[in-house]
Amino acid sequence: MSPFEILRFALRGLAANKLRSFLTTLGILIGVAAVILLVAFGEGASQGIQQSIQRLGANTLTISASFSGGGGGGGGFGAGGGARQQQGPRTQARQLTLDDARALADPAQAPSVRSVSPVVTANSAAAVYEGASHTVSQLVGTYPSYFEATNKPVEDGTYFVNDDVLAARKVMVIGRTVAEALFGAVDPVGRQVSVSGVPFTVVGVLKESGSSGMQDADDIAIAPLPAVQQSLTGFGPLGSIIVQATGADTTETAQAEVTALLNQRHGITPTGTADYRILNQATLQETVSSTIGIFTTLLGAVAAISLLVGGIGITNIMLVTVTERTREIGIRKAIGAPRSAILGQFLVESTVLSLVGGLAGLLVAFIGTRFTVAGIEPVLVPSSIVLALGVSVGIGLFFGSYPANRAAKLRPIQALRHE
Amino acid sequence: MTAPVLEVRDLVKVYGEGDARVRALRGVSLTVERGDYVAIMGASGSGKSTLMNILGCLDVPSSGSYLIDGTDVGALNEGQLAVLRNRKIGFVFQSFNLIPRMSALANVELPMAYGGVGAAERRARALAALDQVGLAGRVRHEPNELSGGQQQRVAVARALVTSPALLLADEPTGNLDTESTGDVLEIFDRLSASGGTIVIITHEDDVAAHAKRVIRLVDGRIVEDRPRIPAGGRPLRPASGTAVAAGAGAEKDAETTG
Repeated sequence: MSPFEILRFALRGLAANKLRSFLTTLGILIGVAAVILLVAFGEGASQGIQQSIQRLGANTLTISASFSGGGGGGGGFGAGGGARQQQGPRTQARQLTLDDARALADPAQAPSVRSVSPVVTANSAAAVYEGASHTVSQLVGTYPSYFEATNKPVEDGTYFVNDDVLAARKVMVIGRTVAEALFGAVDPVGRQVSVSGVPFTVVGVLKESGSSGMQDADDIAIAPLPAVQQSLTGFGPLGSIIVQATGADTTETAQAEVTALLNQRHGITPTGTADYRILNQATLQETVSSTIGIFTTLLGAVAAISLLVGGIGITNIMLVTVTERTREIGIRKAIGAPRSAILGQFLVESTVLSLVGGLAGLLVAFIGTRFTVAGIEPVLVPSSIVLALGVSVGIGLFFGSYPANRAAKLRPIQALRHE
Repeated sequence: MTAPVLEVRDLVKVYGEGDARVRALRGVSLTVERGDYVAIMGASGSGKSTLMNILGCLDVPSSGSYLIDGTDVGALNEGQLAVLRNRKIGFVFQSFNLIPRMSALANVELPMAYGGVGAAERRARALAALDQVGLAGRVRHEPNELSGGQQQRVAVARALVTSPALLLADEPTGNLDTESTGDVLEIFDRLSASGGTIVIITHEDDVAAHAKRVIRLVDGRIVEDRPRIPAGGRPLRPASGTAVAAGAGAEKDAETTG
C-alpha cells in the first residue's frame, strides 16, 4: 500500500462529505489567518512607531528642562518671553542656556558628542504670505546641525548655514504642509513670509516626512536661533538641546558625558534631583518595542486559542467520520487492510483537513495584510507563517491520531456488525 | 496434495459472561481439502455464521486450533492476519458489503491495493475478474447503481481477484432473487470445476445441491457430514432419521471423504 494510495483513499473520504470537510477546514483557516494577521498587525504597529521615533533623529539625545512648578520646557510663548528669564537669584532649578549648549559642544569634555543644536520653539506662530495665512504649529529656532540630528533633509532650496545664525538672518526652511498652505503651487523658495509681523525669507522646503500619529511632522518651520529669539521668543532659556552622538554605540557614553557636564554646571549633587531630562532615542525605542512585543504576543496567544479550537473541531469531526464509517472499516479489514493502512487513511484525512485549512488561512492572511487598518500597515512575519502552518499540520496529526487509532483498532467482526 | 486448505480442531466459541453465556460452537472439527466444495447448513442460531467468521479470520475462537494451508492462525499477530485475509481468503457476505461511493472497479481493486499489487496489473486483473462474473459493462457503476445480484457478483469478483486458496461465502444468495442466485451459483460451480476450494453457508437446499459435500450444524455441533449424491444434480434431501444417524458418528470428529 503506497503512501499515494493512502492519500487517494483519504481524499476520497473527504470528498464524500464536502460541506463537513469545508466547515472543519474553516476552523483551522480562521485560526491560522488570525495568528498570522494579528502578529502581522502587531509587527506593523511596532515598525510604524519605531519609524516615527527614528524620524525624530538617529542617535540623538533630547535634553529639556525639568523643574517643579515652572512653565514647562517650552521655552517661552510669543514675543513676551523675555520677561520670564530667570537670571536673578539662584533658584534650585536652572533653565537650559546657550552656555550649556556650548559646553556640551566642547570635544575635550564630551568626545562622544558629534553636534549640539540648541532649540527654541514658538508654538502656533501665524505665518502670512500674500493674504494666505497659516498657523505653523512648530516654529523652531536652532543651528544648522539640527537638520541632520533630527533627520530633516531639505528637498527644494538649501539649508541655512552657520553664517545665517551668526548674522541672525531672517531666513527659514519650511515643512511641506506649511508650503502647501501658504504657497499652493507656487515655488516658495526665495519668497518672503511674515511670521507674527516679522518677514522671513524662505530658503528651502523640507522633504515630506509623513504624519506620525496626532502631530503633523510637516507642519513646521525652522529658522536660525537668534532670528527666532529676536523676533518671536526673546533671549530666554532654551526649550531644549538636541545632542547627536557620534554613532549608535556611543549614545550611552554621550548621555553619561552630557549628564556629568550638566550636573557640574547646574550644581547637581549625585544625590540631588536633576533639573533637566535627557530623552534617549534608543532607550525610548527599546521601551516601545518591548511594550508592543508584549501586546503582539498577547494577540498571538488569543489567536492561537482559536487555532486550538479548530483542532478540537477536527477531532470531533474525525470521530464522527470513524463512527459513521465503522462498517466500511470492517469491510476493508475483512478483505485484508492492514492496521497501518486504516490508521494512515484517517490520519491523512485529518492532516489534509488541517493543512488545507492552514494554506487557505495563509492566503487569507496574505490578502488581509494588503490592507491598512487604523493607520497600521501590517508586516508579515515569516516565523509566524512557518509556526502557524507547522502547528496546523501538527494539529491534524495530533487531533486526528485518537480517532484514527480507534478506527485502526476495531476488530473486523465488531466493525462489520456495526449498524 | 500437501496440507489441507482448512483444518479445524475442537473449535469452541463462547459469547458473554455468567448467565448470559451463549455457547455458539461446542467443539467443531473439520477438514477441507483442496478443490472441495462444502455447504454448511443449519437453522439460525446453529452457530454456522460464528463458524464462518472464525474461518474467515474475522473473529477468534475461545478455544481450539485452526490451520489454513498448514499455518496456525492462532499464532499469528494482527499484521500477519491481515496478510492472511488478503492473500488466502476471499469472503462473500450476505449483505454484499461493497464500499459505497466507490465504483465496481475500485471495489474489486481494493484487496489488491492492500496487497501491494502495482496499479496497471491491478486494473487488468480487476477488469478480468469483473468480466468473469459478467459485469464487464458496469465497471464504472457505483454500488447504489447496481442491482442486488450485480452487487453480489462484484463482491464475488472482489473475493476472487486475489486468487485466494479458499473462498468463504456467508449466505451469498440470502438477499437475492432466483435469477441472481442462479448467476452467483454458476460462478461458484465454474470456480469449483477449475479446482477452487469453496465453503458456503446456506439454509437453502437448492443452494447446497451445488456443493460436493454437505455439513449440518445443530446447536454448535456438526451432526452430519456427507458427500452429496453425485448423480444428476438432484437436491439432497435425506430423511431426518438418516441425518441423525449419520450425524451421530460424525459429531465429534468429522473426517473428509471428498
